[in-house]
Amino acid sequence: MSDHSKSSPLPTYFMVWGALLLGTFLTYEAAKIDLGVFNAALALIIATTKALLVALFFMHLKGASEKLLKLVVISTVFFLLILLALSMADYGTRVWS
Amino acid sequence: MSDSQATAVQGEAHNPALLHHFVTEEQQRDASSLGMWIFLATEVMFFGGLFCAYLIYRGWYFGDFGAASKSIDALLGGTNTAVLICSSLTVVLAIWGAQTARRGLMIGSLILTMLFGLAFLGIKGKEYKDKFDEHHVPGVSFSFEHVPIPGHPDQYANPRHAEIFFALYFIMTGLHALHMVIGLGIFTWLLVMAWKGRFTPQYHTPLEVGGLYWHFVDIVWIYLFPLLYLIDRHP
Repeated sequence: MSDHSKSSPLPTYFMVWGALLLGTFLTYEAAKIDLGVFNAALALIIATTKALLVALFFMHLKGASEKLLKLVVISTVFFLLILLALSMADYGTRVWS
Repeated sequence: MSDSQATAVQGEAHNPALLHHFVTEEQQRDASSLGMWIFLATEVMFFGGLFCAYLIYRGWYFGDFGAASKSIDALLGGTNTAVLICSSLTVVLAIWGAQTARRGLMIGSLILTMLFGLAFLGIKGKEYKDKFDEHHVPGVSFSFEHVPIPGHPDQYANPRHAEIFFALYFIMTGLHALHMVIGLGIFTWLLVMAWKGRFTPQYHTPLEVGGLYWHFVDIVWIYLFPLLYLIDRHP
């Protein structure tokens, strides 16, 4: 991280900030258009893009060299997906009534 | 070159912030940041359970959730999203200020971050007040009668199902707001430390670790905003 701080990271920070504000505006406007099931998909795609921008550039995951850190981050996402995917696979395939 | 490196190493050895069980400052910083990331992993699972409950009930009570969500002021939620994004920018500016020994920028950015955080909580309070006035808070006075389901003007939302949406809304945004309050506490402490001149280009790990927490809370909100405020908004 300190290797990269020689060249100023400020342009990147401000570009990410602009992209995040743009994403907020887009997700707000897209919600007003009827896209059927794709409304939720589009909202989640925009949200995930914004979350990735924050994690990579503001939380400095991009350029992080420590393998242990990568392991923690990847297993976090992995276990969250297990929680969501297996629960939805269960509830989504039950016949309740 | 070797001269400056030698001075740098000696400078590190005399840095009072370097604890004796770490070899280098970099190792100490990596250990702190790794610890924070592991804490954030537990936080992801903590919020993950709530998101999972949300997804299941959204599937079951699809239209009722749409009707309930539509009663919330999305513009307030959108403003809050923008406020949090600005606060995340000021956090990285504060860290950059510490890295480049710009004391004014560091302290100013920390104060701005806290002001954004307070603005977020103020807007949230207005939103909660509206919900109390409209009797949309789950409990004995809850009322959600004759609200049409979006896309089906002839059908009314089931108040019991809408109540579950509002329960999730208050628990998830309330827990998020609690994290904001804790974040404000952490940043008050960081501001005091920064004011006392504890942070240098060599040592500003508390700023980075506190920043990780703040950005994480921002990411939670990035998902809460579309899931709670923006479902079935279209006419």
